[in-house]
Amino acid sequence: MNRYPLWKYLMIAATLVIGLLYSIPNFFHPDYAVQLVPKTAQILLDPAAMQQFDTVLKAQGLAATASENDGKLSVLRFSDDTTQGKAYKALKEAVGENYVVSLNLAATTPSWLRAINASPMTLGLDLRGGVHFLMEVDMKAAVDKQLNRYDDEFRDLMRSKNIKYQGIERQGDTLLVKFPDAPSRDAADQIMREEYSTALQFTPVVASTNIQVSIAQTELLTIQKSALQQNITTLRRRINTLGVAEPVIQQQGMNRIVVQLPGVQDTAEAKRALGATSTLEFRLVDMENDPTVAKQSGKVPASSQLYQSRDGRDVLLKRKVMLTGEFIVNAMSGRDNQNGQPIVSITLNSAGAKRFSKVTGENVKKDMAVVLISNVSETQEIDGKTVLKTNQVEEVISVATIQEQLSKNFQISGLDSPQEAHELAMGLRDGALAAPVYIVEERTVGPSMGQENIEKGFNSNFWGFVAVVAFMLVYYRMFGVISSLALAVNGLFLFALLSIIGATLTLPGLAGIALTLGMAIDANVLINERIREELRAGAPPQQAIFAGYDRAWGTILDSNLTTLIAGIALFMLGSGPIKGFAVVLCLGILTSMFSAVTVSRAMVNLMYGSKSRLEKIAI
Amino acid sequence: MLEFFHFTKSIPFMRYGKITTATSLATFLFSVFALAFYGLNLGVDFTGGTVMEVRYAQAAPLDTIREAIKATGYHEVAVQNFGSTQDVLIRLPLKEGVSSAQVSEQIMGVLKTSTPDVALSKVDFVGGQVGQELYENGGLALILVAAGIIIYLAFRFEWRFAVSAAIANLHDIVIILGLFAFFQWQFDLTVLAGVLAVLGYSVNESVVVFDRIRENIRTMRDETIPDIIDSAITTTMSRTIITHLATQTMVTSMLWFGGEALHNFALALTIGIMFGIYSSVLVAAPLLLLFGLKREHMLPKESEKIEGMNADGSVV
Repeated sequence: MNRYPLWKYLMIAATLVIGLLYSIPNFFHPDYAVQLVPKTAQILLDPAAMQQFDTVLKAQGLAATASENDGKLSVLRFSDDTTQGKAYKALKEAVGENYVVSLNLAATTPSWLRAINASPMTLGLDLRGGVHFLMEVDMKAAVDKQLNRYDDEFRDLMRSKNIKYQGIERQGDTLLVKFPDAPSRDAADQIMREEYSTALQFTPVVASTNIQVSIAQTELLTIQKSALQQNITTLRRRINTLGVAEPVIQQQGMNRIVVQLPGVQDTAEAKRALGATSTLEFRLVDMENDPTVAKQSGKVPASSQLYQSRDGRDVLLKRKVMLTGEFIVNAMSGRDNQNGQPIVSITLNSAGAKRFSKVTGENVKKDMAVVLISNVSETQEIDGKTVLKTNQVEEVISVATIQEQLSKNFQISGLDSPQEAHELAMGLRDGALAAPVYIVEERTVGPSMGQENIEKGFNSNFWGFVAVVAFMLVYYRMFGVISSLALAVNGLFLFALLSIIGATLTLPGLAGIALTLGMAIDANVLINERIREELRAGAPPQQAIFAGYDRAWGTILDSNLTTLIAGIALFMLGSGPIKGFAVVLCLGILTSMFSAVTVSRAMVNLMYGSKSRLEKIAI
Repeated sequence: MLEFFHFTKSIPFMRYGKITTATSLATFLFSVFALAFYGLNLGVDFTGGTVMEVRYAQAAPLDTIREAIKATGYHEVAVQNFGSTQDVLIRLPLKEGVSSAQVSEQIMGVLKTSTPDVALSKVDFVGGQVGQELYENGGLALILVAAGIIIYLAFRFEWRFAVSAAIANLHDIVIILGLFAFFQWQFDLTVLAGVLAVLGYSVNESVVVFDRIRENIRTMRDETIPDIIDSAITTTMSRTIITHLATQTMVTSMLWFGGEALHNFALALTIGIMFGIYSSVLVAAPLLLLFGLKREHMLPKESEKIEGMNADGSVV
């Protein structure tokens, strides 16, 4: 009656072994480590480089306890966090030019465990310290930018097709293209529809010869998606230069980006790097008009705009934008082979190359300016609503002559110093945010606080568990031992499962584990109480055990499923730490049903199942 | 055999139905009153704003800190100790015209100039929009959980059970919220998680009793419904108390060792567990009677009878 077939015991044994193997890595304390990654492909991580790191450390009287190097990333381990801190400083000063140096915690999982992909859970920011940002992308700005681009393209189109038009006007999120007569309008309408069949919608304005152009819903989505994607890419590049080990940069919803920087203590530096929302524009210099005259008379030609360059000169630039920074794939500073002047070499993506070669081909020997647009964003409360206010600072950072038709790869010359070239290259590389972003949520946890939270979470679990076990042993005796073992197995499974799915452990997660363990014992209490009841009603022990497990099962299932519903809702609607709690809750329910029912039954069966004349059980 | 609760006879819970219903109604109304009159003390998660936790090497000079921060233009600042005299909690509302990201930097700068021995332990900044969303999602989660549970129970039992359980448990939630409002304990995201967990957890309780009622309806052919309910509650009593004791042990451990971060979460769970016992036994069951539960509601219909089934519904 109370016997499992052999395969069932074997299956349970196998799950126990798997559970044990995959939860073990969590109990190895990680090493304090410094991580080095070469900044460019030219810099090698060879034995000579490792030798160099060693020398740097020795000069400070430090030594790594172990070091690893896989050619792309080198990890130096240290005995404690003070040594780690000193080593980090020393290495950053000495080799920071060539390598991205960052603090990290290196797992100490033995190689045989790593071989089966067993690794510890990642600790959340509240447990290891660090900063969490939620950044919102200014989608309105992204759409604005696109509308300006269409504005330019329409003008080009009309000009090239010789269609008369009176002007293009911005009206909210639409463009109003004005025509002098119906034939021009109809001609333009046909051409524009052909050119932008899916992206734009054209509506003739009643009682006039104008056309209203609006962006189609699908195109709007595409614009937003690509703005988000480009921003994520840019943020990732910027964070890489910050030197953060294991950063998380993720999309959240339609217009938000989550950035998590574990171990970062100087949040000010991180904020500056992330918040610097600069974009670039290449524009032609208006060479027909004199900027000085324009400034003095205040009469700036309609197609141009007056700027001040970095060195204080006035420049008149055409309004039309030749190219924006988002097309730049790479930018490197260097020196011209012929005259040794500082230059910046730029690489464009294919779409950018196509555009750029067309406009530069038409404008050889003319001057071109690079305009850096920095957005200083801040949120303000107006009428109880948070509103983003962006102040744009536009600056001409360089003016150079277009020597020939430019394409995918080209150079900017006319720079004053190698330093300027270096900064421009960096700005071009990292400054290409498609739309401004601003921080809407920040959560920073200091490193000491993280350690404290681990202890608090651990202690809550440990002492709670001890108290529950003590009670179960006294109250249910042998069945208390079995229930307690089942509870321990539940904890083991939960840990293993969380490690296998690569969950991030947070303080709410630890609270979730404690709560799950407290609730999991319910199943065993239900079973034990049922068995007692059957015994009281006069059933023989074997019969009582059988009936106890059998009848309690339905109740266990019902009560766990209702908690599971709450867990799933929490997971769907929760954010960040709440999600962690929800994951633990849901998984804990699943593991507890298995451990409390199947595993504890296996123990009972092993212990009593073979005894044909069982007189008494200790419950 | 160690037993705390061994009743040879059913306790006539249903006879006290009027008293328990009146008690429930009173606590419920008190909670609604507290919620309406005091309102929840919403944390920065929901209202938006900045909360900083800083640690001083010595006892923190609260007045100096307050003055220093006020001097920078934050007039509605709350500065208080928490945990120890060295730990200080600074709460700043969202402020018009001030860039969100710089708040914590600015405050740390001010604090460091007066006392260099201060370290930042924690910063939470939540923008107004995000706070609003978290608040709305929280409410939505509450509704979703309640609806999910009602549907599940209606499917597994019968609508009377589903509605009774839902009312009993929402009554728990309202009491938790009411107590948080009355004592002005801070209500933040973790507390919300606790409240939702309670919702799932205390339904357990009702389910266990309901399961037994269903079983008793099939086996106790000659008893009246109130007697059946009394018997079900009495027989599950022991399990109810012990289970809650175990869960509460873990929660107490959290209250004890979990520190500030888990304190209110554990508090919400404690209230939830206490009232969970009460409501599932003494609110849900009388409601069943109120909704007119009859034996026929739980017995399989004629057409559903399985061939060879015994009178008690079992198939042997």
